[in-house]
Amino acid sequence: MVKVVLSENFSVLADGCRELELPVDNYRDVIAELVARWPQLTPLLERSSVAIDGLIYQDAMYEPLQSDSEIFFMPRIEGG
Amino acid sequence: MAEAREFKQIGTSPVRPDGIDKVTGRAQFGADMILPNMIHGKVLRSPHAHAKIKSVDLSGALAIPGVFAAISGADFPGGALEGEASGEGGGSLTDIAKNVIARNKVLYHGHAVAAVAASTPRLAQEALKAIKVEYETLPPVLDVVAAMADASPLVDENNFTNLPEKPENPSNVANVGRLERGNLDEGFAAADIVVEREFKCPMAHQGYIEPHACVASIDETGRGTVWCSTQGHFEFRTATAKMLNKNIADLKFVATEIGGGFGGKTVVYLEPLATMLSEKSGRPVKMSMSREEVFRATGPASGTVARVKVGLKNDGTITAAQSWIAFEAGAFAGAPYMPGAMTIYAPYKLENFLVETFDVLVNKPKVAAYRAPGAPQAMHAFECALDEAAQLLDMDPIDLRLHNAAEEGTQASYGPKYPVIGFRECLEAAKNHPNYAAPIPEGAGRGVAAGFWFNVGMQSSAEVHINDNGTVMVVEGSPDIGGSRASMCLMAAETLGIEYADVRAQVGDTESTGFCNVTGGSRTTFATGMAVTQACEDVIADCKRRAAMTWGLDEDQVEWEDGQAIPGPGVNADVKPLSLAELAGKAAKTGGPIQGRASLNAQGAGASFSVNFADIRVDRETGKVDVLSYTAIQDAGKAIHPAYVEGQMQGGAAQGLGWALNEEYIFDDAGILQNAGFLDYRIPVASDLPMIDTHIVEVANPRHPFGVRGVGETPIVAPLAVATNAISRSLQQRVCELPLSPPRLLAEIDG
Repeated sequence: MVKVVLSENFSVLADGCRELELPVDNYRDVIAELVARWPQLTPLLERSSVAIDGLIYQDAMYEPLQSDSEIFFMPRIEGG
Repeated sequence: MAEAREFKQIGTSPVRPDGIDKVTGRAQFGADMILPNMIHGKVLRSPHAHAKIKSVDLSGALAIPGVFAAISGADFPGGALEGEASGEGGGSLTDIAKNVIARNKVLYHGHAVAAVAASTPRLAQEALKAIKVEYETLPPVLDVVAAMADASPLVDENNFTNLPEKPENPSNVANVGRLERGNLDEGFAAADIVVEREFKCPMAHQGYIEPHACVASIDETGRGTVWCSTQGHFEFRTATAKMLNKNIADLKFVATEIGGGFGGKTVVYLEPLATMLSEKSGRPVKMSMSREEVFRATGPASGTVARVKVGLKNDGTITAAQSWIAFEAGAFAGAPYMPGAMTIYAPYKLENFLVETFDVLVNKPKVAAYRAPGAPQAMHAFECALDEAAQLLDMDPIDLRLHNAAEEGTQASYGPKYPVIGFRECLEAAKNHPNYAAPIPEGAGRGVAAGFWFNVGMQSSAEVHINDNGTVMVVEGSPDIGGSRASMCLMAAETLGIEYADVRAQVGDTESTGFCNVTGGSRTTFATGMAVTQACEDVIADCKRRAAMTWGLDEDQVEWEDGQAIPGPGVNADVKPLSLAELAGKAAKTGGPIQGRASLNAQGAGASFSVNFADIRVDRETGKVDVLSYTAIQDAGKAIHPAYVEGQMQGGAAQGLGWALNEEYIFDDAGILQNAGFLDYRIPVASDLPMIDTHIVEVANPRHPFGVRGVGETPIVAPLAVATNAISRSLQQRVCELPLSPPRLLAEIDG
């Protein structure tokens, strides 16, 4: 199961959920599952980066996931 | 996976290809473009920090012979614009458009209100005086903490704090960030000592030497070209087109040479104005800012107030950390409040922490990104608190950090587990550095601090063309600010197996190469370098195909080695290797010109840590500060061009020391900036600083073909706390408010 950790700004839009496990094998399905459960997360998801197993993706789409993958959503970082 | 391996080109430091042009004056910067029939644009700026615009009358200016066009906010399309500007502090395009030219309100002294284009710069300046603007002045909001109070006057009556449930009342707080883990009460209860302090960092400018400048030439069909000093011409094109309701295909943007940006040239200021003035006048329009305009109306970085509390055990273990940081956003939302929250504890393993950050509107210029935006201010506070803790525990400050250092597998305070990182290696390099072993000069203090930035990837494109003599032209779309053309040439030469001298690199305009995001976030060597490497691999694949065709072999029987195609192991073919030059010379017979290309959205950027230390002495009679030595240590992943990496580390250290020691925006009670020039806004000059000694740590980023992490952001983070800690130890009393200028230090010394 893929572990998805939601930070506070996600959690307040997701009925207080801070962590969930999903039976998926790619990132697109994680997004689909989160949006199906909490449609109000959509704008936040679209402007977030994601860390998959520690690697930061500014724009992930169909990245394959391992059965023990960990996913964190993060504010999009750019820099100067 | 980047493995330790020998390189032939990478890791060398050839002379920069743009160097001679720049030192001889041949290089074309933003204000150097001259076109036939060109006229000159100037901007009328607000004399008030906060006022309603009741009316703008351009007729007086338009009546002056030699004035070709005049515009105000009313000439621009209204309504919301989709999208955001690049770089932290960029904010929404809707706000950027209102920052380019005010609509119903002016929100800071220097806010653009109108613009004219006339036959000479002097006439344009004179014509500004003929524009009549009626204002209704409002009380300025200038103090970031007072601005957060419910009773504060509002910068924007329509700003509601961005929360899941819209608040009932508007506020100057635009956004709130919060990260937490564990249990603070238990963490502080377990502590043997607690340090609690309030720190202040002033609003400070990026201080690039070249002012903003551009030339726009728009024809009667509304199509045209804009030459500008920018960190990202593709994104300047998008922003300008959206603000003017134009098709991006009708605008070509050319990035000129750039005299520094540091994040401050990631957003448009003049380009939409020059484009509209050119379209209205039917002539090319040049606009360039004075230094005073640069200070009043561009940049700067957020000023901050930070409250930090940290608890530690006697063995140095951090048991809990709590922080509260208010960031000045300036007139529009967009302070780097989240990067501040995400960086403050990033170097450390923490079980219990909370950080709350705030993006606060004030009647000051809208902030822009500045190298590792948000991190210098946030980490200044925590790194200073840690230094005080080290003194209380009588621990070496590097040992304290080693005891708590994050490493591979540590759950970063901003969320994910770290992959391979090099913080511990930086700390060990600092501890073992001869400068650290040297005795501290009498009367001086030694300050130590860590720095961090995430680094980013984002979108890049590159094409590689092979000339018929085997020389190589790389075309990519990342403006070269820190030496990226040389780095691209080195990566291309290494990949192709040829000499650096046989490769040239060029920054293409928006019609000559594929999309590239801004040069910023320490992403160019990582991401555009990855595109160049892939484009070269594309060339190699094509060359192997052509060699196979020439030899009558299958493609998989050909290999590429040292810049030439050779038969693979075990292939029984009596043939002579074919060099890139030989293949290019016969290209017409094997399918035409040889070229490779790549476009990508680079993922997997590697975080970069630094450790800096310095010996600093304060003259107790005058408050004068002498930086006696400074040592910067940073993990670059892999230094493609080590001299450029050292240059970034030294430049960031110099800028950070400037912010720490002297630089600050000084406003009067009316919100008017009192030091809008380099005479009164004092950036460091050569005589202020010692040689910045550097040590490059190389812990390879496994997601880059050569191990690159990126280097441009991190170097500015540590120096603020290094200087504060060194001076605090020198004076034997903690100082917490920057800049540590002579008057402030004298006040501290005098109690």
